[in-house]
Amino acid sequence: MSDLDTTFTALADPTRRAILARLASGEATVMELSEPFTLSQPAISKHLKVLQKAGLITRSRDGTRRPCRIQPETLAQATHWLEEFRKLWDARFRALDDLLDDMKAGHEPGPRDH
Amino acid sequence: MYRHTLEVAPKGERELVMTRRFDAPRALVFRALTEPHLVKRWLLGPDGWILSVCEIDLQVDGAYRYVWTHAERGEEMGMGGRYLEIERPDLIVHTEQFDMSWYPGSAIVTTRLTEAAGVTTFEITITYESAEARDIVAASPMREGAGASYDRLDSLLAGLATV
Repeated sequence: MSDLDTTFTALADPTRRAILARLASGEATVMELSEPFTLSQPAISKHLKVLQKAGLITRSRDGTRRPCRIQPETLAQATHWLEEFRKLWDARFRALDDLLDDMKAGHEPGPRDH
Repeated sequence: MYRHTLEVAPKGERELVMTRRFDAPRALVFRALTEPHLVKRWLLGPDGWILSVCEIDLQVDGAYRYVWTHAERGEEMGMGGRYLEIERPDLIVHTEQFDMSWYPGSAIVTTRLTEAAGVTTFEITITYESAEARDIVAASPMREGAGASYDRLDSLLAGLATV
């Protein structure tokens, strides 16, 4: 899998998206993260590992605390990909608009004319 | 000239529905979707890529294959599948598999064309093998977002499309 695949797979889970949403407002420890969710700390830790592997969060050491921080650059990369994707499909459909205009006007490209 | 906008919405757990209208009768739209020399005119690749191979065997169990080639780097990306149902000029159902897939498994793509007053509504329903694959494609992370990146992602969902 490419890095982007790993990112999208990590983002596909609602709990992980909720964790990211929480981290967007500031760093938090596993214990702090497990409070609003009905999940155990080990379950949260598993999700954090997936997010960490995807580069969406980092974990640092601060004495005995290991706070998690969001990595906005990775999310921005995924956003960029989606923007490119959307641009591509907009361009395709505009080209299809033009082709259909030509066909309606009787200026249809021939099989050898492309 | 007035152009229509693309709408995309998730449906159920495994489906994504894309809708776009075209100012043309559906018989023309159907041909533009199924005749290789016409498909090559609009099924563009990203900048620098051209649709170099477009083979369509338009019959039930017939295969299709598209390959985009990067003009300078010589790289290729391909996809293909088989036709499961064809009702000219209003329905095409086919499978879809990318050579280097970025979502797990394959998908079934149902294309429906309906026409009213010379305007054709082109509705594509993509059924993925799993909810996970659909969510990857829809990139629904934008949903319950917080922070600037999420807001940007949110605004993208409205126009996000795939086939």
